[in-house]
Amino acid sequence: MVKTRTFPKGGIHPHGRKTLSNTAAVVRLPFPKTAVVPMSQHLGAPAAVCVAKGDSVEAGQIIGTGESFISADIHAPVSGTVKDIISIVLPNSVRTQAVVIETETTFDESVLENKYRREQNDSDPVARLSSQELISIVKKAGVVGMGGAAFPSHVKFQVPKGKKADYLVINGVECEPYLTSDHRMMLEHTDEIIDGIRAVQKMINAPQVIIGIEKNKMDAVEKMEKAIADRGLTYIVQPLKVKYPQGDEKQLLKAVIKREVPSGGLPIEIGAVVSNVGSIFAVYEAVYTGKPLIDRIVTVTGDAVRRPGNFLAAVGTSIRQLVEAAGGFTEAPAKIVAGGPMMGFSFFDLDSPVTKGTSGILALTDKNLDHSPMTACISCGKCVAVCPMGLQPTKLFRLIDNGNFDEALKLNLMDCKECGCCAYTCPAKIPLVHGFKYGKKMARKKS
Amino acid sequence: MSEETSTVTKDFIIESSPQIRSAMTTSGIMWRVSIALLPAAIWGIAVFGFRSLAVLIFSIAAASAAEWLMGKLLNRRTLIDGSAVLTGLLIGFNMPPSVPLYIPVIASIFAIVVVKWSFGGLGANWMNPALAGRVFVFFSWTSGMNSWKLPQALSSMPDALSSATPLGTYKNGMLDYAGPHTGTADFLQDAGYVVSQTAQNLAGVFQNTLGITLQPLNIDLFLGNTAGCIGEVSALMLLIGAGYLFAKKILTWQTPVSYLGSFILLTWVFGGLPYGNGLFSGEIWFNVFSGGLMLGVFFMATDMVTSPVTGKGMLIYGTGAGFLTFLLRTYGSLPEGVSLAIILMNIFVPLIDRYIRPAVFGKKDIPKAAAKGKGK
Ligand code: SF4
Ligand code: SF4
Repeated sequence: MVKTRTFPKGGIHPHGRKTLSNTAAVVRLPFPKTAVVPMSQHLGAPAAVCVAKGDSVEAGQIIGTGESFISADIHAPVSGTVKDIISIVLPNSVRTQAVVIETETTFDESVLENKYRREQNDSDPVARLSSQELISIVKKAGVVGMGGAAFPSHVKFQVPKGKKADYLVINGVECEPYLTSDHRMMLEHTDEIIDGIRAVQKMINAPQVIIGIEKNKMDAVEKMEKAIADRGLTYIVQPLKVKYPQGDEKQLLKAVIKREVPSGGLPIEIGAVVSNVGSIFAVYEAVYTGKPLIDRIVTVTGDAVRRPGNFLAAVGTSIRQLVEAAGGFTEAPAKIVAGGPMMGFSFFDLDSPVTKGTSGILALTDKNLDHSPMTACISCGKCVAVCPMGLQPTKLFRLIDNGNFDEALKLNLMDCKECGCCAYTCPAKIPLVHGFKYGKKMARKKS
Repeated sequence: MSEETSTVTKDFIIESSPQIRSAMTTSGIMWRVSIALLPAAIWGIAVFGFRSLAVLIFSIAAASAAEWLMGKLLNRRTLIDGSAVLTGLLIGFNMPPSVPLYIPVIASIFAIVVVKWSFGGLGANWMNPALAGRVFVFFSWTSGMNSWKLPQALSSMPDALSSATPLGTYKNGMLDYAGPHTGTADFLQDAGYVVSQTAQNLAGVFQNTLGITLQPLNIDLFLGNTAGCIGEVSALMLLIGAGYLFAKKILTWQTPVSYLGSFILLTWVFGGLPYGNGLFSGEIWFNVFSGGLMLGVFFMATDMVTSPVTGKGMLIYGTGAGFLTFLLRTYGSLPEGVSLAIILMNIFVPLIDRYIRPAVFGKKDIPKAAAKGKGK
């Protein structure tokens, strides 16, 4: 096996808490009676609604079109009737239009299975299709990054002219505590992931593939290695030391190919494309079965959840339904989080829908939270030591607090990726990330 | 609770990420540092008697009262953060056991009111309050700060004469030194300095069982059987406390290692010169374990507020403190140099923090291998 690696600077070791749900096999959630499908599920411009109230739609049909360069199409997750087009606020505070579809009673999983089936005697689509054809399939399927940021995948897989990809790096790190959806994906869909990788490798024409997986998922490392060997492929599975935020593209690339994405730049500038295993599976489904991205695996977990687990949920399913599938709450949670605990958003509306980017739903109890009061900064330097980007959170926060945004920009505020290592560690409990989000907003406003 | 109703809840907390936080808190740090000082405190009380306990209590009480009053005046509740108690404890540590009790009280009030609060309270002071308090009373009540007491193990020795600290005795003697001695132990013995029975016995044990020759004086220094300030005498107890703080990840290695490193290096290279022993013959053990160095290295120089925030900055700061301590001890007119050395380095901390910055990710030149992949 390859030697374990990690990124050198900063990072933290929060409690993983993954054992709550990492042995729970993925369960398909019943389809919602009504699906609320937001038009803004990705980074970039929201999709434009292209159906009207009263229309009947079929699962997989486009209901929102992503016209701009950075955007993604949205598909109906169920068959049924468009009941309404409403405006909602997602857990990440994004206000967006949403298409409300009443699911027809005859719709069930077999409809999807019949529609999107991998033809047994189909010639290998990856061999048959050109890279541009493959990319347009990904675009049509509305695939986005499923690790968190939800960046449209077809944009990422289109290597710009004059650039070249040396590496395709597959992100199986899942460094956020609690989350286990990628882990289950790698265990339960190993072969499909390999097929998906082959497709993406062709799209970006990368000679080398490295799959980065943290050592708390050794079963996935072994399973992947075996599947690769069985197929006679040369992909490398790179086990990584457990350290947050290793799942961030920049830290992952530093760990596996020892190259640093330049400040403000993209991975392709150092010859790499990174894709999360969830997105790779979505690519597989699109390329081999024609299925667009209309469902995803969501980890429902936390101490307040009765039966933590991993669920395959249609986009637009209410979070309430997910929680109920996990047995409901054992006690009133103090906080509910969409995504992981480090970068996720706390929200209150359980009727919010699952989106393409919803990796997990976390219900934390009062005991999981820290209630110690905020004190003055004691200059302990711990925030500086843990910042993987080499920033000085304590200084940045002070500058922003004083309204000195220009100086904060000079000290590389824009390189902060809001990973939360600093605020997690700060003994004075200063809301550093909150300050940086605000500072960036103000700095953008001024320029 | 039926599963239907079990998802009906209210009042979820909404806040910015991260949604979870580490268990480390400001007060947690302050109280743990105080706990780490307990072994040394107990040792001080045990060897110098209950008078030392009174000194500690008076310093802590004065510091807490001053903090409470300042908090009251400025409408801030800061006593629970534990920083004032820690300051008081450290001031007590830096007092001779027989000091008149008003001196630690004045030192504590000075530390809290002038050094800490006139700059805005916790986190805003640029000078270590405990050290500033100590230095203030040292220069104002010099005689009170210079009346030493022998620890029990020594005062019971038949020919105990001097009750000065080993470092002080040494320093006085070295001012016009021209004698025939080969080293400090030899020199101190002639000056009438005695070693404890325990140390002599231990030295014998080491000699007989392991074949290692140890100076009994050095054993006394390490254990804390010497005259000195209440909290500084026992290197062993302070090291136990420091070990605890390292384990709790409160202490980082940069400041202590660079401080000790530079001090030891300078002592080793130049420390033998007064005896005419040439370079590279300094007595490391005596210099490291005498006086307030251990307390300074692990508990004073490492004060978070008044030391740099970057690892690299801490290395510079620690190295500077070691250098200054060596200079002040060797060439200064006072026996002790640790307090002043740290305070002097405190002054440079804002400057260090201004110019020493971590390398920002992705701001370096793109490595060659990557540049190759970039073009084409
Ligand atoms: S949130 Fe920003 S400043 Fe804080 S550790 Fe992460 S990158 Fe550094
Ligand atoms: S971690 Fe918090 S208390 Fe420590 S230096 Fe950073 S902001 Fe200040």
